[in-house]
This record gives sequence, structure tokens and C-alpha cells, in this order.
Amino acid sequence: MKHFDFDVVVIGAGHAGTEAAHASARMGARTALVTLSETDIGVMSCNPAIGGLGKGHLVREIDAMDGVMGRVADLAGIQFRLLNRRKGPAVQGPRAQADRAIYRREMLAATHAQENLELVFGEVVDIQTDGDKATGVVLADGSLISSNSVILTSGTFLRGIVHIGDVSHPGGRMGDRPSVKLAERIQDMGLELGRLKTGTPPRLDGRTINWDGLERQDGDEDPTFFSFLSNRVSAPQISCAITHTNENTHEIIRKNLKRSAMYGGHIDGVGPRYCPSIEDKIVRFSEKTSHQIFLEPEGVDDHTVYPNGISTSLPKDVQEDYVRSIRGLEKAEILQLGYAIEYDYVDPRSLNSQLMLKSMKNLYLAGQINGTTGYEEAAAQGLVAGLNAALSSRGEDVIHFSRSNSYIGVMIDDLTTRGVAEPYRMFTSRAEFRLSLRADNADQRLTALGMEIGCVGEVRKKIFNTKMDALNSTTSVLNSREFTPKQLKEAGINVNQDGNKRTGMAVLAFPDVNFSDLEGLLPELSDVDVETQNQVERDALYANYIARQQSDVDALRKEENLKIPTDFCYEEFEGLSNELKQKLIRHRPENLAQAGRIEGMTPAAMALLFARLRKEKRAKSA
Amino acid sequence: MDTIFALASAPGKAGVSVIRISGHGAHESAQSLSVNPLPVRGMSLRILRDSAGDRLDEALVLTFQGPASFTGEDVVELHVHGSVAVVNSVMAALADLPDVRLAEPGEFTRRALENGKMDLAQVEGLADLIDAETEAQRRQAQTVLKGELGQLAERWRRDLIRAASLLEAVIDFADEEVPTDVTPEVNELLDAVTRDLSRQISGVRIAERIRTGFEVAIIGKPNVGKSTLLNALAGRDAAITSEYAGTTRDVIEVRMDLAGLPVTLLDTAGIRETDDVVESMGIALARKRADAADLRVFLLEHPGDAPEFEPNEQDIVVLAKGDLHPTSDTSVSGKSGKGVDQLVSQVSERLLNRSASAGIATRERHKEAMTRAHQALIEAHRVLEYGEDHYDIGAEEIRTAIRALESLVGRIDVENLLDEIFASFCLGK
Repeated sequence: MKHFDFDVVVIGAGHAGTEAAHASARMGARTALVTLSETDIGVMSCNPAIGGLGKGHLVREIDAMDGVMGRVADLAGIQFRLLNRRKGPAVQGPRAQADRAIYRREMLAATHAQENLELVFGEVVDIQTDGDKATGVVLADGSLISSNSVILTSGTFLRGIVHIGDVSHPGGRMGDRPSVKLAERIQDMGLELGRLKTGTPPRLDGRTINWDGLERQDGDEDPTFFSFLSNRVSAPQISCAITHTNENTHEIIRKNLKRSAMYGGHIDGVGPRYCPSIEDKIVRFSEKTSHQIFLEPEGVDDHTVYPNGISTSLPKDVQEDYVRSIRGLEKAEILQLGYAIEYDYVDPRSLNSQLMLKSMKNLYLAGQINGTTGYEEAAAQGLVAGLNAALSSRGEDVIHFSRSNSYIGVMIDDLTTRGVAEPYRMFTSRAEFRLSLRADNADQRLTALGMEIGCVGEVRKKIFNTKMDALNSTTSVLNSREFTPKQLKEAGINVNQDGNKRTGMAVLAFPDVNFSDLEGLLPELSDVDVETQNQVERDALYANYIARQQSDVDALRKEENLKIPTDFCYEEFEGLSNELKQKLIRHRPENLAQAGRIEGMTPAAMALLFARLRKEKRAKSA
Repeated sequence: MDTIFALASAPGKAGVSVIRISGHGAHESAQSLSVNPLPVRGMSLRILRDSAGDRLDEALVLTFQGPASFTGEDVVELHVHGSVAVVNSVMAALADLPDVRLAEPGEFTRRALENGKMDLAQVEGLADLIDAETEAQRRQAQTVLKGELGQLAERWRRDLIRAASLLEAVIDFADEEVPTDVTPEVNELLDAVTRDLSRQISGVRIAERIRTGFEVAIIGKPNVGKSTLLNALAGRDAAITSEYAGTTRDVIEVRMDLAGLPVTLLDTAGIRETDDVVESMGIALARKRADAADLRVFLLEHPGDAPEFEPNEQDIVVLAKGDLHPTSDTSVSGKSGKGVDQLVSQVSERLLNRSASAGIATRERHKEAMTRAHQALIEAHRVLEYGEDHYDIGAEEIRTAIRALESLVGRIDVENLLDEIFASFCLGK
């Protein structure tokens, strides 16, 4: 029996697994990434696109921590679009169609290139434990990998069942064999499980699609990248096309509803409302006579097309019928049938904010197993788990992402304090501090934090420092002088003639004022580069709102900083109702902020908890 | 930290009432009510005036400098005359100041704690108090919300969820089949809520309610002496503010100041069995009004009579025409004035007990919440003029309004918005 020794072992090389392994390795932890084969690395099992609204923010944040997803997506990007380009910068989200093959290739290359990171091929059949602590994993060939921490990112493999019509078979992704033994091991741990479902559309052969006359969707002329390090496209660029379902399509589906796994009663799992199957769309919005479909090529050298918008669990003959009722797809060949997949997830409330199981030390869960959906959500969790597993192996303090500094923080907090009712996806509306958590300032928010804990490489450090120097010096020039409305008017800027003096930064906050308008007043600004100009404009635009939110942010941080010890004894806590005690014992909030979000928490209970924590803290420091 | 204020002594009528202000703006806020300067630390006697310069009261003002204060911050205590009206007006003047707000339940304690001014035992003692206060506010809010304001708040909730979800749908589901310009519908929804709010704030309804105060119903058989008693009560200090017949001929309202409390006396139609359809409708109405009143005074014609219907614990049952029952000391006579003073003190005592847990704070809180929401919605409307370019800021203003109105409309979570979005639009590629 072989025996290896690592600091961190990551199980699974999907989006959560690769990001976790890279994060851990960047931190200097000796990291093993265990997967069945090289071809599993960086696979996009659903649509061939990265980013979008909320999701694009997550990728930027991963990148700000020097993560790998953004860089690889930029290399694989075959069509870049900044969503909401015409709306405010706070709600703009970068998105790209990605070439599946390039994405896999580049992710594999990046993984080989990463120091401290070793690929191990094999099937994990068991997790080694010592009491309530994970100590390593066992492979099918009997070899043992012992480690300080284990990160499990096994996607939909827990009791995964694939449905096509009334045919179903166990499996993870299409074509994957489920790891039964490991699943049994997880199930034995007595964790709270729930059941979810998701679906995919049939994949089409692009050579059999009649593209003529279909509406084209091109990428942006001036592409916006995910990574703060990228500055040009790498892969050839393509266009997508848009087509629509019609009454005939709907009629075919309606007639065959009972044969759908969803509507035939074969599925119990809860599906995402934002990603309904075509059956769902037709039943729930019966008044609509047409739904749009995006025809997304899966790569430049790949003729597979992903028809985004018609995921289904109808049987083969119906899929063929309805696909061919659609304009442009009259002769389309299906390469792979659409299917629905049901799977168990672990209630993420059993995790702490480092994504470590509360009941099993040093075992971290990340990705779809926690009830989320999407590559970006998975990768962001991988980052959190990877960084913390590495910190733990060094015996250092954890890193905490807050709702006030990142979408990552919003997601982790939502998951671990509120749980999920449907596959969790990021939306910008989930972030209460949306105006300050922008995709454009992800580095300003997080890179310094990454540098502090040591997950940011030299190249990025240098670029970041240069950028911050430029921003800071420009901002201080703008704040250095105040102008009367009269002075401003003379410079061609119209503001209220209220006699109030304004700094350059305050003037820049007006929606119709541009950076160049101020150059007459502050000549020092004339040699500021365009990038810096744009970024300062974006910062200024929201400055007033961000200042207004500051007291909320401060209050939140203060409560977050008041940690509740994991062994805090609620049982002997006088003055709390029994109901509340039970809730606190079940959820074990990590800090006062989390406790406050527990349903039924009263101001009095908060005051009591606060006082008790203060007392313990004082007793400890005394 | 914001500057906060609240009534620190028991609400209701008392010799002295204490309004406490805490936070870095405490001295400045108190100073703005007084023409003469306040000492940084110590005691002074000052005349308090509102922003219009109207005299509110003469008060003993205690100024404390943090950290040597109850909360550890700068604190001012205004010791004013303990009348509901005075306390009300001073609190309203404070609420009008910028950057000053009414304290949340337990907030003084919380600050005292944070600044290390209290130990655990003290907090435990106070926790019960905070709970009682919170519970009382919840109950009071429910009472206020049962009426028309409640229906309005329901509509605000619906409209705000809809407006916010329209903007969020356009923001979060760009690329999908959602309308791109939702400004007209959003503005329409916001306008409706803004209109309601401004009407409520300018006080048409709330102020009326405050003025109206408590309702006390006088109940008894016809000719038992209800009207005579009513006149005696009202005539006592000639405080009748209006008198008119109700919407039916059967309920007469008289508003008066009863021992410092605003009270509306309801002279209900005599309750008796009748075959007359119109009269029985009148009686039913009287019965309903009497049921809804804060307190009922039952007048009995003869000792040992049963009240017209079951009084509750707080209600008062007395023998009518006390001049005819010289030996009874639980009788009252509007004619001779016998027992009227006792009745007045009984009524006011019971109402004061009740106002101890309700009243000013909640109403002020609501008004303040509505004012903040109103400002945010007007701002939202303004930025939406720029079109989708500023949807992010418009959505932020609506979020601010929703947060301000939480005490009235309940918490609106992002899940509520998502529910509305997914119910309205067919989303998902």
C-alpha cells in the first residue's frame, strides 16, 4: 500500500476543485488534486459560458485573489460581452462564451504549471478520520493520502440520477460513473441532506443548423476581460445566434408532457426557478407563444451547439420533434439528448463560513454539493475552502469574506446561515452593498487582503500596486482643491449656484460630468491614463451612496468581529427562550452578525448574547 | 454612531418626564432646542423651543460628557413636565433634526454595553424590560395597523415589492425576455406610495389619530343618564373640541382633554331589544363601536342589574343617577356631579396604564420611518428620469425606502423580490 503525505487534498477537479487546489497551492500548502482522469479537469458540463450578472462579479473576485478561473476563461473566450453595458457600472457583469476544449486545455496547463500542486489520478473511496477530524483519503487501489485538510468537491454525485423521459440511470454528469462508496461514506456521516434537480438541453450538430436568416449576436468590439491581468483576446472570436420556439413547438411539448420525467412524476428534487425546463416555461407561462433560444457554439473547432433555453427531460423522439419545429433547426441533428439530473446536496448550514463541516474538523465542502449551481459559484467556494484549508495547515487564522466586501461573502453567508431551497445562484440583487461591490473594483476590495494572507503572486502584486498608486494620486489631486459654483461654471460645468464649494471628486459624482471636464481646473490631471480616469469616474459616481452605507457596513463589521466560540454554552444561558436556545444550538452562529439573522432573534436576546460574549472575552484577556 | 433619543422615563402623565439623547450629536441637538447656551457638563434650566421658535416647555437640562455618562457617549437629559402633550412635542422637535433618530428598543443599553458601562447582571435585568418594550411596540404597531393605515401598509408592501422587482428583473436578467424600459410602471407604483406617505406624514390621518386619542364608550339603557353624564364630563373643564352626530344618528362623539389625555367619549345609542329594523341596525353599530373603544363605562339603572353585555377586565361598571342612590359609593350622577371626579380619575388611570406601553414612541417611529421612506422614493423617482442608466441607483433608493418602512410593512427580503420576478416573467435560458 502506497502512502502519500500532503497538507491539503482536494477531491474532484471540476470548477470548485481546481480553484480550491490552486488557492491552496498558491498559499504554499503542498496540495494534491485527486480526480479519475486528466480529461475531468475544467469540464464545463452545462452551457459553454462563464460569467454574467453576479456571476461575473464572482469571477472578478476570484481573480482579485489571484485565482485561476478568470485567466483561463479569458484564454478560452470566443465571445466577450459586458452585460448591462448601458446601465450603471455597479450592475455590469462580464460574460464570455468559452471554447470547451481550450478551457480544459488551459486549465490543465495552469494546473501543471502551479507550484506545490500535484495531480493524483484515482477514485477516492473513503475519507480517513480521527475522532471528529478528517486526516486524509483512501483511493480505490488502497493507497492512502494523509493530509491536514480534505476538500470535497464532488458535484452531483450523491445519489445522482439522470432522467431522459421515463428512462433513468444513476450517474453524476452524463457519462460519469458515480462514486458509490464515497457517497455511502458521506451519507454515513449523518449530515442533513436535501434533493435538487437541474437540467440541460439537447446538444445540436451546428453543421445541420440553418444559420441563414437567424438573428446574430456578436461580442463587444471592445472586450471586457475577467482577469485584471488580461489585456487581449486569445482565441478566435465567434457569434451566437438567436431563434425562438413557436406555437407548434409548444403544442408538441404540451401533447407529450406526461412523458417528461418532470411532469410524469419521476422527479422529486426542486429545480431552479431561473433556469426552468422548456416544459416548465410552457406550463407556467401558457399565454406566451414564443420563447427565445440562444444558439451557442461550444468551441471554434467543435461543431457542437448548445441551444440555451430549451433544457428538457422529455424522451428522445419528442426532443427530436420539438427541436425540428424551431426555425433554423428544421434539420438539426441531436448529438447528445437533453436530460434532467437529480442529486442530493448537503445542507450548507452544516458548514461554517470557511466551508468546513461543523461536525468534522478539516473536512471542507465546496461547489454543487452545497446546493449551489453554476461554475462561478462553485469556483468561488473552492477558493474559500482552498485558502482556509491552507491557512489551517499552517495553523494560521482563517480568512473571512464579509457581505460588506464581496459577493463571495454574500454567497457564503447566504448559504451557511439561510440554507437553500432551490439551487443557489448569484444575483446582484442579493448584495445589499451592491453599489460598492462592483466587478470593476474587485481588486481594490480584495487584492490587498490576498497579499496579506499570501495567495497573490509577484506579477499581480506589481500590477496592483501600480494601479493603486495611480488611483490614489489622482484621487488626492481631485480632493486637493475646492471650487465655487462660479469657478465651475467658468470651466463649463453647471452645478447648483448654491454657493457651496465642491471638491473635484464631488464634481465628478455628477452624472453629466466627465473626467476631462475637470482638466481645465486641475491641470495636473492631464497626464492621467484613460484606465485610471475611468476607474476614478466610477468610484466618484457612487461615492455619496457608499458614504451613506458606511454606518451599516461599520455596524455589520462590528457584529462580525464579535466571535462566538464554537463551544459556547447556550444550555446554561439564562434569559433566552427555549425555542431560541434550540435554534442557536442547531445553527451555532460564528459571530453576533450571524446570530442576528436567525429567525426569531429579539433585541433583548441580542443584548444578552452581546453582554455574555463581552464578559467571556474580558475574562479571557484578564 | 448615530445620535439617538427616546423617552427614558415611564410614558404617560407624571410629575417629570425624562427624554434622553445620546451620541456625538447629543449636545448639538439639545442646543438647537434652546436659545441660551448649554454647559458642556452639568445642570441648567432652559426654555425649549421648536424650530419655528414656539415654546415647548421649560426644562431642567442635564448634560454629560462621554465617557462619563449612562451610555458612555455624550448624553443630554431633558427633564420636562410630565404631560403627554409636552413630551410628544419635544420628541417631535428632536425627530425633525437632521442626523438624529428615535432609539431602537434596547439601543441605549446596547451602547452602554458596547462602551463597557454595564455588567452582565445589569444587562440581564434590562433584557426583560427591552422585551416588554419591544412586545408593547409590536402590539401597538398592530393596533395602529389594523385600521386604514394597515390597509395602506399592505398596499405599500405590494407596490414596493413590485417596483423593486421590476428594476431588479431588468438588472439581473439582462439578455432575457424582460421589458427593457420599466420606468413608467415603476414610477406609477412609486408615485402611489409617495402620495400615501406624504398624506400620512403631513398628518391628515395620523395626527387625527393622535388628536383623537383614546375612545371611551358610555353604555347603558336609554334614558339612564348617559348624555347628562357626558355633558357633565365635558363641561367640567369645558374642553369640548367638537361635537357632531356620527354618521348615523346613534353615536355621538365628544372629544375632550381628560386629565391631560386626549379622549373621545362615545355616547352610544341605548342598547335594548327591539323589533324596529332601523333602530336595531343603529344598536348593532353602537355595539360595534363600543366593542372597538379602548374602554367602556357601563351605567346601570338599578343596583344588581346586569350590564348590557359582558364587560372586560378594564371596563368600569357604575350605578347611574347617583343622586337617587345617596348611600352607594360606586354611583355617579351627571346631574349632581356626584362621583364624576372619581370616574374621571378611574378612567384616566386605566388609560394611562395602557399608554405606558404604547403611544408616542411608536407613532413618532412610524412618522420618522415614513419620512425617510418618502425622501428615498422621491429621490428614486428623480434618478429614474435618467432611464436604465441609473436603475442601480434607483433600486438602491427603493431599498432604502423599504428598509425604512420595515416597521410598517414588515421585512422585504430579496427572496420576496425573486418570487415576484419569477412569477411575472418567464426567465431562464
